[in-house]
Amino acid sequence: MKCRSCRGPAVIEVPRHHAAFCAEHFVAMVRGQVERAIRRYRMLERGDRVLVAVSGGKDSLALWDLLLGLGYDVSGLYLGLGIGDYSARSHDVVRRFADDRGAPLVEVDLARDHGYDVPTAGRVGSRSTCAVCGLSKRYVFNRAALDGGFDVVATGHNLDDEAATLLGNTLRWETASIARRSPALPAADGLVRKVKPLHRVSELETAAYAFLRGIEYVVEECPLVAGNTQLRYKEAMNAIERTSPGTKAQFFLGFLERGSALFAGEDRPVLGPCERCGQPTTGRFCAFCRARAQILGERLGSPRDPSDREVAEALADEVLPVELYDGDRPDEPAAVGSTGRRDRDAP
Amino acid sequence: MRVRLRNPDRQIELAGGRAVSTVLDELGIPVETVLVIRSGELITRDAKVRDEDELEIRPVISGGAR
Repeated sequence: MKCRSCRGPAVIEVPRHHAAFCAEHFVAMVRGQVERAIRRYRMLERGDRVLVAVSGGKDSLALWDLLLGLGYDVSGLYLGLGIGDYSARSHDVVRRFADDRGAPLVEVDLARDHGYDVPTAGRVGSRSTCAVCGLSKRYVFNRAALDGGFDVVATGHNLDDEAATLLGNTLRWETASIARRSPALPAADGLVRKVKPLHRVSELETAAYAFLRGIEYVVEECPLVAGNTQLRYKEAMNAIERTSPGTKAQFFLGFLERGSALFAGEDRPVLGPCERCGQPTTGRFCAFCRARAQILGERLGSPRDPSDREVAEALADEVLPVELYDGDRPDEPAAVGSTGRRDRDAP
Repeated sequence: MRVRLRNPDRQIELAGGRAVSTVLDELGIPVETVLVIRSGELITRDAKVRDEDELEIRPVISGGAR
């Protein structure tokens, strides 16, 4: 095979473009796709502080490399999930990438900073391992960006990821999720701006880019991912792609150009601050705090330690009707003294 | 020809003297789901491999929460 650009020997074929490329022109093609995505959706501005979520896999490290190469002010964010040797190797790879390039790295550890790890969450919680892992990532990415003063979070979702997710949403007609399937979500209601600059680049292409750029990444798959629904959707898309190259891109990129407007009328949920952590949520407590409380066996809304309890009791006595705390029924009004405090000696 | 497969990591011996695409067909691996690496270089599906080659067939599909 010959490179489409220079007619030299090709190292990678891209069937959906009916083309093959040498290393130099392939890397240039991927950079061009990412620049086009950033421009088309106004994902990043010069001067933005960008936080790229990195797992140690090919996609996120390729994205970090691409954004650094394009001259953006990018820091990495690594979240330790506590998945044994797999997480240890991932952490090592990410640290080496950052050290080799002198790039800043923010590190968060679920066990150290939030009291649980993903394997434990999968065993004790009611959510699947992948669900609680995704929930934890979304929470930590947003919070770390806000705490660190970053303008935007970039993630390494590629074309295959996005097409598989859209397929799953469509099979279940999850219209609210379909309405949010954009590669650039603006900041709103305590949510930082989120972008996916690799959404035009396939999984094969991000892997080839990482390899050709000499990026060391973790090749092995997460040991907890077997049977994951997302993988089944990817296999289904790949089966179609085999006989009809370009279908994945037509499905997802076509949706962005012509389909997404059809779902624009979906109501956006109204968000308010979580009573425990202050992060945006549609209810009293955010999904992360609810999941965390379930995993740790804590009661949300109940004081957790003696000092918290003392403060809460003092405040309750000070400003709230005491019957709410003493469990009196409405038809048995408590005696209330002049201070507003219940008189426990009253007959 | 020694071939390294991943996930799980293992090595097998296969006959050379044929195209990469034929090797992948024998293994039941779709060509668009892997990188094929010979002596530190990517090679395309039409490349001929020899008995003395060492190949790595590296999957590109990842799943799970992103």
